[in-house]
Amino acid sequence: MTLLSIESVARRFPNGTEALRGASLSIAQGDFVALLGPSGCGKSTLLRLIAGLDAPNAGALHWQGGPPGPGEIGFVFQDATLLPWATAEENVWLPLRLRGLSREAAEPAIHAALARVGLQGFEGARPRELSGGMRMRVSLARALVGRPRVLLMDEPFAALDEFTRHALQDDLLALWRDTGSTIVFVTHSIYEAAFLARRIVVMTPRPGRIATEIASSLPPAPATRFTPEYGALVAEITAVLRSAVA
Amino acid sequence: MSWPPTIAGLLALALWQGAVWATGVPAYLVPGPIAIVQAFLAAPGFLLLSLASTLVVTFTALAVSTVLGVSLAIAITASRWARAAIEPWAVALQVTPIVAIAPLVIAWVGEPFAALVACATIVAFFPIFSSTAIGLASPPPELLDLFRLNGASRWATLRLLRLPAALPYFLAGLRISGGLALVGAVVAEFVAGAGGFASGLAYRILESGYRLQIPRMFAALVLLSLAGIAINAALSTLGRLLLRRRGEA
Repeated sequence: MTLLSIESVARRFPNGTEALRGASLSIAQGDFVALLGPSGCGKSTLLRLIAGLDAPNAGALHWQGGPPGPGEIGFVFQDATLLPWATAEENVWLPLRLRGLSREAAEPAIHAALARVGLQGFEGARPRELSGGMRMRVSLARALVGRPRVLLMDEPFAALDEFTRHALQDDLLALWRDTGSTIVFVTHSIYEAAFLARRIVVMTPRPGRIATEIASSLPPAPATRFTPEYGALVAEITAVLRSAVA
Repeated sequence: MSWPPTIAGLLALALWQGAVWATGVPAYLVPGPIAIVQAFLAAPGFLLLSLASTLVVTFTALAVSTVLGVSLAIAITASRWARAAIEPWAVALQVTPIVAIAPLVIAWVGEPFAALVACATIVAFFPIFSSTAIGLASPPPELLDLFRLNGASRWATLRLLRLPAALPYFLAGLRISGGLALVGAVVAEFVAGAGGFASGLAYRILESGYRLQIPRMFAALVLLSLAGIAINAALSTLGRLLLRRRGEA
């Protein structure tokens, strides 16, 4: 079932930069879509348009069942962007709190979300007491806690070290497999896109546009990283990206 | 207390006393530390009462500065119009020498205590105002986006994001304003001069000067600087405690 159809949207910033031109994309319930491309290809702009944080100059977004209301979008940024003075639990509470839920009422959802990202026992920890990877896990729990219609992620693992990144990628994949969430994931890493996504949307810069889309049928599991099929997909995406940019 | 400043201070006092003894300079020109302590001990209640009077002005001005500074900082963060309307006047107030406008303020306000507080507030207001304003604007755009995505009202964004983010900035401003409020109170007392409410330490300094009670004048000065050091230390301790409770610093 189509959750969102994006019809030839364009975004030009007031300074004249054409961030996005004629981008069309359809996202189905339960999709895992990667928006892949070099800097300036408009992938973050497209994500912000989907989130409703920005409006297109042309084109339209059609949501199944109307545009998302407050709290129906889960967003994970490149930095964990937690409230530094609040505990992990309070940070995860925030989206529910903004919708008027008391801490007691939110408690079960908070605990479920923290457990989902492997952080049970860290409820009272403050961001500065957590590692970069754990902070990102709190950020992910905060995005999940309100059961959003779609989870938007903007290069969330780009600032992490490789071991942590792999662990979080594995866990995100398991989360997607188990919960059937719809995920749109922005990345500039071919390896990450190939490993995670079912659909890899390749974008090119100046102006930002969607070049092509590649489907993946790799099993969503950690062991996929070591299969020749994964290597072949990486090679295919690389070739497509090279010819698209050239 | 740490040792190096204590030793350096004692050494300086000893050199000072030694020089006074060696040169035989009269106390009405340069009193030695011993003469100053004696002048204080001769009438400790007298000077301490004056100190209390100055401190009341100082802390009232600090409280007024906090209320005024924080509310105006919130106003300029909330509205571009308010920013354009308020900011230039705040800067103008900040760069105007208090000595130049204190006589006017004292003449206009009339009531001596209120006049002194007004002068001290003019001096102390700006650091709280400007650092709180910077703190209110400090949350990263991603966090503001997150609040938007969850339908947060401006009030909720202020209460749950901007104000807590501004706390360390406010505390830094408060510490600076604490010292400035004391300076402002003293300057205003100097300008207010004789009569009426003129019971603060600055008035004692003036009075002792007129009467050539130079050791007492120095004793008042020393009290003033000790008060300044104490205010600074108290405000920085308050800041550390508040931030530690939030798990910061």
